[in-house]
Amino acid sequence: MSVSLRTLNDVVRPPTTAASALATQEYFVNMGPQHPIAHGSLRLVLRLDGETVKEVIPVPGFVHRGIEKMCEHLGPRQIVHLTDRMDYLSALMNNWALAMTVERAAGIAVNERIETIRTLMAELQRLQSHVLWWGVLGMDLGAFTPFLYGFREREVIGEIFEETIGARLTMNYIQPGGLMYDIHPGFARKVKDVARYIRPIIDEYDTLLSGNVILQERLRNIGILSPEKAVALGCTGPVVRASGVPYDLRKVEPYGVYGKAEFDVVVGTVGDCWDRYCVRMEEMRQSLRIIEQLIDNIPEGPHMVVKYGARIRIPEGIHYGQVETARGVFGVTIVSDGKGEAPYRMHFRSPSFNNLWAVTALAPGWRIADLIAIQSSLDLVIPDIDR
Amino acid sequence: MALAPGSSKRDKVNRPAVSVPVEALAALAPKLRDDPALRFDLLLDHTAIDWIADGRFELIYHLYSTVHGHHLTLTTSVSRENPVVPTVGAVWPIAHWQEREAFDLMGVLYDGHADLRRLFLEDDWEGHPLRKDYKDDSMLGLPK
Repeated sequence: MSVSLRTLNDVVRPPTTAASALATQEYFVNMGPQHPIAHGSLRLVLRLDGETVKEVIPVPGFVHRGIEKMCEHLGPRQIVHLTDRMDYLSALMNNWALAMTVERAAGIAVNERIETIRTLMAELQRLQSHVLWWGVLGMDLGAFTPFLYGFREREVIGEIFEETIGARLTMNYIQPGGLMYDIHPGFARKVKDVARYIRPIIDEYDTLLSGNVILQERLRNIGILSPEKAVALGCTGPVVRASGVPYDLRKVEPYGVYGKAEFDVVVGTVGDCWDRYCVRMEEMRQSLRIIEQLIDNIPEGPHMVVKYGARIRIPEGIHYGQVETARGVFGVTIVSDGKGEAPYRMHFRSPSFNNLWAVTALAPGWRIADLIAIQSSLDLVIPDIDR
Repeated sequence: MALAPGSSKRDKVNRPAVSVPVEALAALAPKLRDDPALRFDLLLDHTAIDWIADGRFELIYHLYSTVHGHHLTLTTSVSRENPVVPTVGAVWPIAHWQEREAFDLMGVLYDGHADLRRLFLEDDWEGHPLRKDYKDDSMLGLPK
Protein backbone atom coordinates (compact mmCIF):
# COMPACT_ATOMS: atom_id res chain seq x y z
CA MET A 1 0.00 0.00 0.00
CA SER A 2 1.39 3.37 -0.93
CA VAL A 3 -1.13 5.80 0.47
CA SER A 4 0.81 8.73 1.82
CA LEU A 5 -0.98 11.73 3.23
CA ARG A 6 0.41 15.18 2.76
CA THR A 7 -0.19 18.64 4.13
CA LEU A 8 0.16 22.06 2.59
CA ASN A 9 3.53 22.41 4.33
CA ASP A 10 4.85 19.50 2.30
CA VAL A 11 3.96 21.31 -0.88
CA VAL A 12 5.00 24.83 -0.02
CA ARG A 13 8.71 24.66 0.68
CA PRO A 14 10.83 27.51 2.03
CA PRO A 15 12.89 29.31 -0.63
CA THR A 16 16.28 27.83 -1.38
CA THR A 17 19.32 30.01 -0.90
CA ALA A 18 20.66 31.40 -4.12
CA ALA A 19 23.98 29.99 -5.25
CA SER A 20 25.36 33.39 -6.13
CA ALA A 21 24.26 37.00 -6.12
CA LEU A 22 23.17 36.71 -9.75
CA ALA A 23 21.37 33.37 -9.54
CA THR A 24 17.58 33.37 -9.44
CA GLN A 25 15.59 31.40 -6.95
CA GLU A 26 12.03 30.19 -6.79
CA TYR A 27 9.72 31.45 -4.12
CA PHE A 28 6.10 31.08 -3.03
CA VAL A 29 3.57 33.90 -2.93
CA ASN A 30 0.01 33.76 -1.67
CA MET A 31 -2.55 35.17 -4.06
CA GLY A 32 -5.58 35.52 -1.86
CA PRO A 33 -7.62 34.50 0.09
CA GLN A 34 -8.43 38.18 -0.28
CA HIS A 35 -7.62 39.18 -3.81
CA PRO A 36 -9.78 41.19 -6.23
CA ILE A 37 -9.35 38.61 -8.99
CA ALA A 38 -10.88 35.81 -6.95
CA HIS A 39 -14.25 37.59 -6.61
CA GLY A 40 -14.53 35.85 -3.28
CA SER A 41 -12.24 34.05 -0.90
CA LEU A 42 -9.95 31.81 -2.88
CA ARG A 43 -6.34 31.25 -2.00
CA LEU A 44 -3.88 30.40 -4.72
CA VAL A 45 -0.33 29.63 -3.69
CA LEU A 46 2.00 30.49 -6.54
CA ARG A 47 5.46 29.10 -7.04
CA LEU A 48 7.25 31.83 -8.91
CA ASP A 49 10.48 32.37 -10.71
CA GLY A 50 10.60 36.13 -10.93
CA GLU A 51 7.33 37.06 -12.62
CA THR A 52 6.88 33.64 -14.20
CA VAL A 53 4.39 31.26 -12.67
CA LYS A 54 5.89 27.80 -12.17
CA GLU A 55 3.07 26.18 -10.28
CA VAL A 56 -0.36 27.08 -8.98
CA ILE A 57 -1.62 25.38 -5.83
CA PRO A 58 -5.28 26.19 -5.23
CA VAL A 59 -6.31 26.13 -1.58
CA PRO A 60 -10.10 26.39 -1.54
CA GLY A 61 -12.35 26.00 1.47
CA PHE A 62 -12.79 29.50 2.84
CA VAL A 63 -16.49 29.47 1.93
CA HIS A 64 -17.08 25.80 2.70
CA ARG A 65 -20.43 25.58 4.46
CA GLY A 66 -20.95 21.84 4.47
CA ILE A 67 -24.02 22.07 2.26
CA GLU A 68 -23.94 18.35 1.48
CA LYS A 69 -24.01 17.48 5.16
CA MET A 70 -26.85 19.92 5.80
CA CYS A 71 -28.89 18.32 3.02
CA GLU A 72 -28.94 15.04 4.93
CA HIS A 73 -31.37 16.65 7.37
CA LEU A 74 -33.55 18.57 4.93
CA GLY A 75 -36.39 17.79 2.57
CA PRO A 76 -36.18 18.52 -1.17
CA ARG A 77 -38.04 21.83 -0.86
CA GLN A 78 -35.61 23.03 1.78
CA ILE A 79 -32.57 21.94 -0.21
CA VAL A 80 -33.64 24.26 -3.04
CA HIS A 81 -32.68 27.16 -0.80
CA LEU A 82 -29.16 25.82 -0.45
CA THR A 83 -28.60 25.32 -4.18
CA ASP A 84 -28.93 29.09 -4.68
CA ARG A 85 -26.01 29.63 -2.42
CA MET A 86 -23.51 27.71 -4.47
CA ASP A 87 -23.29 29.44 -7.82
CA TYR A 88 -25.30 32.52 -6.98
CA LEU A 89 -25.05 33.80 -10.55
CA SER A 90 -26.78 30.64 -11.78
CA ALA A 91 -29.17 30.34 -8.86
CA LEU A 92 -32.21 29.50 -10.97
CA MET A 93 -30.36 26.88 -12.97
CA ASN A 94 -29.12 25.27 -9.78
CA ASN A 95 -32.70 25.25 -8.45
CA TRP A 96 -33.75 23.65 -11.68
CA ALA A 97 -31.15 20.88 -11.47
CA LEU A 98 -32.44 19.86 -8.07
CA ALA A 99 -36.11 20.24 -9.01
CA MET A 100 -35.62 18.17 -12.15
CA THR A 101 -33.78 15.38 -10.34
CA VAL A 102 -36.41 15.23 -7.59
CA GLU A 103 -39.26 15.26 -10.10
CA ARG A 104 -37.78 12.46 -12.16
CA ALA A 105 -37.10 10.40 -9.07
CA ALA A 106 -40.52 10.95 -7.52
CA GLY A 107 -42.38 10.63 -10.82
CA ILE A 108 -43.78 14.16 -10.89
CA ALA A 109 -44.70 15.36 -14.37
CA VAL A 110 -44.68 19.12 -14.79
CA ASN A 111 -46.61 20.94 -17.50
CA GLU A 112 -45.44 22.87 -20.50
CA ARG A 113 -46.01 26.24 -18.87
CA ILE A 114 -43.68 25.45 -16.02
CA GLU A 115 -40.99 24.14 -18.37
CA THR A 116 -41.25 27.20 -20.62
CA ILE A 117 -40.99 29.66 -17.76
CA ARG A 118 -38.06 27.72 -16.33
CA THR A 119 -36.26 27.83 -19.65
CA LEU A 120 -36.90 31.54 -20.03
CA MET A 121 -35.70 32.29 -16.53
CA ALA A 122 -32.60 30.15 -17.00
CA GLU A 123 -31.67 31.93 -20.22
CA LEU A 124 -32.28 35.34 -18.66
CA GLN A 125 -29.95 34.37 -15.90
CA ARG A 126 -27.31 32.99 -18.24
CA LEU A 127 -27.44 36.33 -20.02
CA GLN A 128 -27.18 38.18 -16.73
CA SER A 129 -24.28 36.04 -15.59
CA HIS A 130 -22.35 36.52 -18.84
CA VAL A 131 -23.01 40.28 -18.79
CA LEU A 132 -21.54 40.47 -15.33
CA TRP A 133 -18.61 38.25 -16.31
CA TRP A 134 -17.86 40.59 -19.20
CA GLY A 135 -17.78 43.60 -16.91
CA VAL A 136 -15.65 41.85 -14.34
CA LEU A 137 -13.21 40.57 -16.95
CA GLY A 138 -12.69 44.14 -18.07
CA MET A 139 -12.01 45.22 -14.53
CA ASP A 140 -9.63 42.31 -13.89
CA LEU A 141 -7.59 43.39 -16.88
CA GLY A 142 -7.49 47.02 -15.79
CA ALA A 143 -10.44 48.57 -17.62
CA PHE A 144 -12.93 49.89 -15.11
CA THR A 145 -15.61 51.11 -17.53
CA PRO A 146 -16.92 47.66 -18.57
CA PHE A 147 -17.59 46.90 -14.94
CA LEU A 148 -20.06 49.79 -14.74
CA TYR A 149 -21.67 48.82 -18.03
CA GLY A 150 -21.96 45.20 -16.97
CA PHE A 151 -23.65 46.13 -13.75
CA ARG A 152 -26.02 48.45 -15.57
CA GLU A 153 -27.39 45.64 -17.74
CA ARG A 154 -27.36 43.18 -14.90
CA GLU A 155 -29.67 45.55 -13.06
CA VAL A 156 -32.17 45.58 -15.91
CA ILE A 157 -32.48 41.79 -15.86
CA GLY A 158 -32.46 41.79 -12.07
CA GLU A 159 -35.59 43.94 -12.16
CA ILE A 160 -37.44 41.27 -14.12
CA PHE A 161 -36.50 38.68 -11.51
CA GLU A 162 -37.46 41.02 -8.72
CA GLU A 163 -40.89 41.67 -10.18
CA THR A 164 -41.83 38.00 -10.47
CA ILE A 165 -39.76 36.40 -7.75
CA GLY A 166 -39.30 39.11 -5.17
CA ALA A 167 -35.59 38.41 -4.85
CA ARG A 168 -32.56 39.30 -6.90
CA LEU A 169 -29.81 36.91 -5.94
CA THR A 170 -30.92 33.88 -3.94
CA MET A 171 -34.22 33.29 -5.60
CA ASN A 172 -35.48 29.80 -4.63
CA TYR A 173 -37.89 30.16 -7.51
CA ILE A 174 -37.81 26.81 -9.27
CA GLN A 175 -39.23 24.24 -6.88
CA PRO A 176 -39.77 20.50 -7.17
CA GLY A 177 -43.17 20.31 -8.85
CA GLY A 178 -43.23 23.75 -10.40
CA LEU A 179 -42.50 27.34 -9.58
CA MET A 180 -42.75 29.28 -6.36
CA TYR A 181 -45.00 31.95 -7.91
CA ASP A 182 -46.67 32.50 -11.23
CA ILE A 183 -45.05 35.10 -13.47
CA HIS A 184 -45.90 38.77 -13.09
CA PRO A 185 -48.61 39.93 -15.55
CA GLY A 186 -46.14 42.27 -17.20
CA PHE A 187 -43.42 39.62 -17.52
CA ALA A 188 -43.65 38.94 -21.26
CA ARG A 189 -43.78 42.61 -22.20
CA LYS A 190 -40.89 43.48 -19.95
CA VAL A 191 -38.72 40.61 -21.17
CA LYS A 192 -39.32 41.68 -24.76
CA ASP A 193 -38.40 45.25 -23.89
CA VAL A 194 -35.22 44.09 -22.25
CA ALA A 195 -34.32 41.79 -25.14
CA ARG A 196 -34.78 44.68 -27.55
CA TYR A 197 -32.63 46.87 -25.31
CA ILE A 198 -29.81 44.40 -24.73
CA ARG A 199 -29.25 43.19 -28.29
CA PRO A 200 -27.58 46.44 -29.46
CA ILE A 201 -25.87 46.71 -26.07
CA ILE A 202 -23.93 43.50 -26.74
CA ASP A 203 -22.75 45.00 -30.01
CA GLU A 204 -21.76 48.06 -28.02
CA TYR A 205 -19.74 45.81 -25.71
CA ASP A 206 -17.86 44.61 -28.76
CA THR A 207 -17.04 48.14 -29.84
CA LEU A 208 -16.07 49.06 -26.29
CA LEU A 209 -13.83 46.19 -25.35
CA SER A 210 -13.57 43.33 -27.84
CA GLY A 211 -11.78 45.36 -30.48
CA ASN A 212 -9.38 46.86 -27.98
CA VAL A 213 -5.83 45.95 -28.91
CA ILE A 214 -4.67 45.76 -25.29
CA LEU A 215 -7.43 43.32 -24.43
CA GLN A 216 -6.68 41.18 -27.44
CA GLU A 217 -2.98 41.14 -26.68
CA ARG A 218 -3.74 39.99 -23.17
CA LEU A 219 -6.15 37.24 -24.21
CA ARG A 220 -5.01 35.89 -27.57
CA ASN A 221 -2.86 32.74 -27.41
CA ILE A 222 -2.76 32.92 -23.63
CA GLY A 223 -3.63 29.81 -21.63
CA ILE A 224 -4.33 27.47 -24.54
CA LEU A 225 -6.40 24.43 -23.63
CA SER A 226 -6.52 21.65 -26.21
CA PRO A 227 -9.83 19.76 -26.59
CA GLU A 228 -8.35 16.53 -25.20
CA LYS A 229 -6.88 18.33 -22.23
CA ALA A 230 -10.05 20.28 -21.54
CA VAL A 231 -12.04 17.05 -21.35
CA ALA A 232 -9.38 15.25 -19.31
CA LEU A 233 -9.35 18.13 -16.84
CA GLY A 234 -13.10 17.82 -16.39
CA CYS A 235 -13.91 21.23 -17.82
CA THR A 236 -17.46 21.92 -18.91
CA GLY A 237 -19.47 24.88 -20.08
CA PRO A 238 -17.96 27.73 -22.09
CA VAL A 239 -14.46 26.57 -21.08
CA VAL A 240 -14.69 23.20 -22.84
CA ARG A 241 -16.68 24.66 -25.73
CA ALA A 242 -14.01 27.29 -26.34
CA SER A 243 -11.60 24.40 -26.86
CA GLY A 244 -13.83 23.11 -29.65
CA VAL A 245 -15.81 20.40 -27.84
CA PRO A 246 -19.51 21.00 -28.54
CA TYR A 247 -20.63 19.67 -25.17
CA ASP A 248 -23.73 21.59 -24.20
CA LEU A 249 -26.39 19.76 -22.22
CA ARG A 250 -29.06 21.95 -23.73
CA LYS A 251 -28.31 20.21 -27.01
CA VAL A 252 -26.97 16.77 -26.13
CA GLU A 253 -29.49 15.99 -23.37
CA PRO A 254 -32.29 18.53 -23.92
CA TYR A 255 -34.36 19.33 -20.88
CA GLY A 256 -37.02 21.99 -20.33
CA VAL A 257 -38.15 23.21 -23.75
CA TYR A 258 -34.68 23.61 -25.23
CA GLY A 259 -35.61 20.93 -27.76
CA LYS A 260 -38.16 23.32 -29.25
CA ALA A 261 -35.94 26.37 -29.49
CA GLU A 262 -33.46 26.96 -32.25
CA PHE A 263 -30.01 27.98 -31.12
CA ASP A 264 -26.41 27.22 -31.91
CA VAL A 265 -23.80 25.69 -29.65
CA VAL A 266 -20.94 28.15 -29.75
CA VAL A 267 -17.50 26.58 -29.99
CA GLY A 268 -14.01 27.99 -30.25
CA THR A 269 -11.10 26.80 -32.36
CA VAL A 270 -7.93 27.64 -30.43
CA GLY A 271 -8.97 27.24 -26.81
CA ASP A 272 -7.16 30.32 -25.55
CA CYS A 273 -8.53 33.05 -23.29
CA TRP A 274 -9.73 34.96 -26.33
CA ASP A 275 -11.86 32.01 -27.48
CA ARG A 276 -13.39 31.72 -24.05
CA TYR A 277 -14.17 35.42 -24.28
CA CYS A 278 -15.75 35.11 -27.73
CA VAL A 279 -17.77 32.02 -26.80
CA ARG A 280 -19.42 33.84 -23.94
CA MET A 281 -20.06 36.94 -26.03
CA GLU A 282 -21.83 34.83 -28.64
CA GLU A 283 -23.70 32.81 -26.01
CA MET A 284 -25.34 36.02 -24.87
CA ARG A 285 -26.80 36.45 -28.34
CA GLN A 286 -27.88 32.81 -28.42
CA SER A 287 -29.63 33.23 -25.08
CA LEU A 288 -31.48 36.22 -26.49
CA ARG A 289 -32.45 34.10 -29.48
CA ILE A 290 -33.95 31.43 -27.23
CA ILE A 291 -35.77 34.04 -25.16
CA GLU A 292 -37.24 35.73 -28.23
CA GLN A 293 -38.53 32.42 -29.58
CA LEU A 294 -40.23 31.36 -26.39
CA ILE A 295 -41.56 34.58 -24.90
CA ASP A 296 -44.64 34.82 -27.14
CA ASN A 297 -45.68 31.24 -26.62
CA ILE A 298 -45.94 30.69 -22.88
CA PRO A 299 -48.72 28.08 -22.58
CA GLU A 300 -51.48 28.40 -20.03
CA GLY A 301 -51.70 26.19 -16.99
CA PRO A 302 -50.99 26.05 -13.28
CA HIS A 303 -47.52 27.05 -12.11
CA MET A 304 -47.33 24.27 -9.52
CA VAL A 305 -48.49 20.68 -9.87
CA VAL A 306 -47.70 19.51 -6.35
CA LYS A 307 -49.63 20.73 -3.32
CA TYR A 308 -47.63 23.09 -1.15
CA GLY A 309 -46.54 21.26 1.94
CA ALA A 310 -47.16 17.83 0.46
CA ARG A 311 -44.35 15.45 1.29
CA ILE A 312 -42.18 14.50 -1.63
CA ARG A 313 -40.83 10.99 -1.25
CA ILE A 314 -37.81 9.97 -3.24
CA PRO A 315 -37.66 6.23 -3.89
CA GLU A 316 -34.64 4.24 -2.80
CA GLY A 317 -31.66 4.49 -5.12
CA ILE A 318 -29.16 6.85 -6.70
CA HIS A 319 -30.69 9.65 -8.75
CA TYR A 320 -28.50 11.83 -10.92
CA GLY A 321 -29.62 14.89 -12.81
CA GLN A 322 -27.77 17.72 -14.46
CA VAL A 323 -28.29 21.05 -16.18
CA GLU A 324 -26.11 23.44 -18.13
CA THR A 325 -25.52 26.51 -15.99
CA ALA A 326 -23.68 29.63 -17.09
CA ARG A 327 -20.44 27.93 -15.99
CA GLY A 328 -20.96 24.37 -17.10
CA VAL A 329 -22.50 21.14 -15.93
CA PHE A 330 -24.16 21.32 -12.55
CA GLY A 331 -24.96 17.79 -11.44
CA VAL A 332 -27.05 16.62 -8.52
CA THR A 333 -26.66 13.16 -7.03
CA ILE A 334 -29.41 12.23 -4.61
CA VAL A 335 -28.89 9.00 -2.72
CA SER A 336 -32.09 7.94 -1.01
CA ASP A 337 -32.66 5.05 1.35
CA GLY A 338 -36.41 5.34 0.83
CA LYS A 339 -37.03 6.45 4.40
CA GLY A 340 -38.34 9.92 5.07
CA GLU A 341 -37.95 13.04 2.98
CA ALA A 342 -34.29 13.82 3.62
CA PRO A 343 -31.78 12.17 1.29
CA TYR A 344 -29.33 9.67 2.74
CA ARG A 345 -26.53 11.45 0.93
CA MET A 346 -26.46 14.41 -1.37
CA HIS A 347 -23.68 15.42 -3.71
CA PHE A 348 -23.35 18.38 -6.03
CA ARG A 349 -21.10 18.39 -9.04
CA SER A 350 -20.36 22.06 -9.43
CA PRO A 351 -18.81 23.44 -12.61
CA SER A 352 -16.51 25.94 -10.91
CA PHE A 353 -15.00 23.24 -8.69
CA ASN A 354 -13.90 21.26 -11.72
CA ASN A 355 -13.01 24.25 -13.89
CA LEU A 356 -10.72 25.62 -11.18
CA TRP A 357 -8.47 22.59 -11.57
CA ALA A 358 -7.72 23.72 -15.13
CA VAL A 359 -5.86 26.73 -13.78
CA THR A 360 -3.13 24.43 -12.43
CA ALA A 361 -2.49 23.17 -15.95
CA LEU A 362 -2.97 26.46 -17.77
CA ALA A 363 -1.00 28.97 -15.74
CA PRO A 364 2.52 27.44 -15.48
CA GLY A 365 4.89 29.18 -17.84
CA TRP A 366 2.90 32.40 -18.01
CA ARG A 367 3.38 35.64 -16.11
CA ILE A 368 1.31 36.62 -13.08
CA ALA A 369 -0.66 39.09 -15.19
CA ASP A 370 -1.55 36.26 -17.57
CA LEU A 371 -2.73 34.17 -14.65
CA ILE A 372 -5.21 36.97 -13.95
CA ALA A 373 -6.48 36.77 -17.52
CA ILE A 374 -6.66 32.97 -17.40
CA GLN A 375 -8.59 32.92 -14.17
CA SER A 376 -10.94 35.60 -15.36
CA SER A 377 -11.60 33.66 -18.56
CA LEU A 378 -12.56 30.59 -16.51
CA ASP A 379 -15.30 32.64 -14.81
CA LEU A 380 -15.14 31.02 -11.38
CA VAL A 381 -17.68 31.58 -8.63
CA ILE A 382 -16.03 30.79 -5.31
CA PRO A 383 -19.01 29.54 -3.25
CA ASP A 384 -19.63 27.12 -6.12
CA ILE A 385 -16.16 25.66 -5.60
CA ASP A 386 -16.41 25.29 -1.85
CA ARG A 387 -20.08 24.36 -1.38
CA MET B 1 -20.86 -7.58 -22.07
CA ALA B 2 -19.00 -8.09 -18.86
CA LEU B 3 -16.71 -5.12 -18.26
CA ALA B 4 -14.59 -6.86 -15.68
CA PRO B 5 -14.66 -10.13 -13.77
CA GLY B 6 -17.17 -9.88 -10.96
CA SER B 7 -18.96 -6.84 -12.37
CA SER B 8 -22.71 -6.62 -12.19
CA LYS B 9 -25.47 -4.16 -12.96
CA ARG B 10 -25.95 -1.66 -10.16
CA ASP B 11 -29.71 -1.53 -9.61
CA LYS B 12 -31.69 1.50 -8.54
CA VAL B 13 -29.67 4.07 -10.44
CA ASN B 14 -31.50 6.27 -12.91
CA ARG B 15 -28.72 5.96 -15.49
CA PRO B 16 -26.82 2.96 -16.88
CA ALA B 17 -24.80 1.76 -13.93
CA VAL B 18 -22.28 -0.99 -13.29
CA SER B 19 -20.82 -2.17 -10.03
CA VAL B 20 -17.29 -3.57 -10.15
CA PRO B 21 -15.08 -5.12 -7.48
CA VAL B 22 -12.46 -2.68 -6.26
CA GLU B 23 -9.61 -4.97 -7.42
CA ALA B 24 -10.82 -4.59 -11.01
CA LEU B 25 -10.96 -0.78 -10.98
CA ALA B 26 -7.35 -0.01 -11.90
CA ALA B 27 -7.40 -2.26 -14.95
CA LEU B 28 -10.89 -1.25 -16.00
CA ALA B 29 -10.40 2.52 -15.99
CA PRO B 30 -8.05 2.74 -19.00
CA LYS B 31 -10.26 0.28 -20.87
CA LEU B 32 -13.29 2.49 -20.32
CA ARG B 33 -11.47 5.49 -21.66
CA ASP B 34 -9.67 3.91 -24.60
CA ASP B 35 -11.98 1.18 -25.92
CA PRO B 36 -13.23 2.55 -29.26
CA ALA B 37 -16.79 1.47 -28.46
CA LEU B 38 -16.77 3.09 -25.02
CA ARG B 39 -14.48 6.16 -25.03
CA PHE B 40 -15.55 7.52 -21.66
CA ASP B 41 -13.20 10.48 -21.74
CA LEU B 42 -14.91 12.78 -19.24
CA LEU B 43 -15.09 11.97 -15.56
CA LEU B 44 -17.96 14.25 -14.68
CA ASP B 45 -18.12 13.53 -11.01
CA HIS B 46 -16.72 11.31 -8.33
CA THR B 47 -18.00 10.92 -4.82
CA ALA B 48 -18.54 8.40 -2.03
CA ILE B 49 -21.49 7.19 0.02
CA ASP B 50 -21.11 5.98 3.58
CA TRP B 51 -23.28 2.86 3.97
CA ILE B 52 -22.52 2.58 7.64
CA ALA B 53 -24.99 -0.26 8.30
CA ASP B 54 -23.20 -2.41 5.71
CA GLY B 55 -19.77 -1.26 6.90
CA ARG B 56 -18.70 -0.06 3.47
CA PHE B 57 -18.18 3.00 1.34
CA GLU B 58 -19.66 3.00 -2.10
CA LEU B 59 -17.71 5.06 -4.62
CA ILE B 60 -19.48 6.60 -7.59
CA TYR B 61 -17.88 7.64 -10.87
CA HIS B 62 -20.16 9.47 -13.31
CA LEU B 63 -18.62 9.02 -16.74
CA TYR B 64 -19.51 10.61 -20.04
CA SER B 65 -18.20 10.15 -23.55
CA THR B 66 -17.88 13.34 -25.57
CA VAL B 67 -17.19 11.11 -28.59
CA HIS B 68 -20.30 8.92 -28.47
CA GLY B 69 -22.52 11.00 -26.20
CA HIS B 70 -23.32 8.15 -23.82
CA HIS B 71 -22.86 7.96 -20.10
CA LEU B 72 -22.16 5.38 -17.43
CA THR B 73 -22.19 5.35 -13.69
CA LEU B 74 -19.48 3.15 -12.26
CA THR B 75 -19.63 2.10 -8.64
CA THR B 76 -17.37 0.10 -6.41
CA SER B 77 -17.31 -0.70 -2.71
CA VAL B 78 -14.61 -0.74 -0.05
CA SER B 79 -14.77 -1.60 3.61
CA ARG B 80 -15.02 1.24 6.10
CA GLU B 81 -12.14 -0.18 8.15
CA ASN B 82 -9.63 -0.09 5.34
CA PRO B 83 -11.00 2.22 2.64
CA VAL B 84 -8.12 2.00 0.18
CA VAL B 85 -8.95 2.45 -3.50
CA PRO B 86 -6.58 2.76 -6.45
CA THR B 87 -6.50 6.26 -7.89
CA VAL B 88 -7.81 6.75 -11.41
CA GLY B 89 -5.93 10.03 -11.79
CA ALA B 90 -3.63 8.60 -14.44
CA VAL B 91 -6.65 7.94 -16.65
CA TRP B 92 -8.80 10.99 -15.86
CA PRO B 93 -6.57 13.79 -14.47
CA ILE B 94 -9.55 15.56 -12.89
CA ALA B 95 -9.77 12.59 -10.53
CA HIS B 96 -6.72 13.99 -8.69
CA TRP B 97 -8.91 16.88 -7.69
CA GLN B 98 -12.19 15.04 -7.09
CA GLU B 99 -10.51 12.30 -5.08
CA ARG B 100 -9.04 14.89 -2.74
CA GLU B 101 -12.55 16.03 -1.93
CA ALA B 102 -13.67 12.47 -1.20
CA PHE B 103 -10.61 11.98 0.99
CA ASP B 104 -11.18 15.21 2.86
CA LEU B 105 -14.87 14.80 3.57
CA MET B 106 -15.28 11.03 3.57
CA GLY B 107 -11.84 9.67 4.44
CA VAL B 108 -11.42 7.42 1.43
CA LEU B 109 -7.73 6.69 0.82
CA TYR B 110 -6.46 6.67 -2.75
CA ASP B 111 -3.59 4.34 -3.44
CA GLY B 112 -1.04 5.95 -5.74
CA HIS B 113 -2.39 9.49 -5.47
CA ALA B 114 0.61 11.79 -5.67
CA ASP B 115 -0.83 14.64 -3.64
CA LEU B 116 -3.42 13.31 -1.19
CA ARG B 117 -4.15 16.34 0.96
CA ARG B 118 -7.14 17.88 2.65
CA LEU B 119 -9.02 20.07 0.23
CA PHE B 120 -11.57 22.22 2.03
CA LEU B 121 -10.71 21.64 5.66
CA GLU B 122 -7.51 22.48 7.46
CA ASP B 123 -4.69 19.97 7.55
CA ASP B 124 -5.11 19.35 11.28
CA TRP B 125 -8.85 18.74 11.13
CA GLU B 126 -9.91 15.60 12.97
CA GLY B 127 -12.26 13.18 11.28
CA HIS B 128 -14.13 13.28 8.00
CA PRO B 129 -17.41 15.19 8.25
CA LEU B 130 -19.51 13.40 5.66
CA ARG B 131 -19.16 10.08 7.45
CA LYS B 132 -22.37 9.11 9.18
CA ASP B 133 -20.66 8.64 12.56
CA TYR B 134 -18.88 11.99 12.48
CA LYS B 135 -19.29 14.10 15.60
CA ASP B 136 -17.79 17.38 16.69
CA ASP B 137 -18.47 19.92 19.38
CA SER B 138 -20.03 22.51 17.12
CA MET B 139 -22.66 20.22 15.62
CA LEU B 140 -26.21 21.08 16.48
CA GLY B 141 -28.58 18.36 17.59
CA LEU B 142 -31.61 17.67 15.46
CA PRO B 143 -34.85 19.17 16.78
CA LYS B 144 -36.86 16.44 18.51
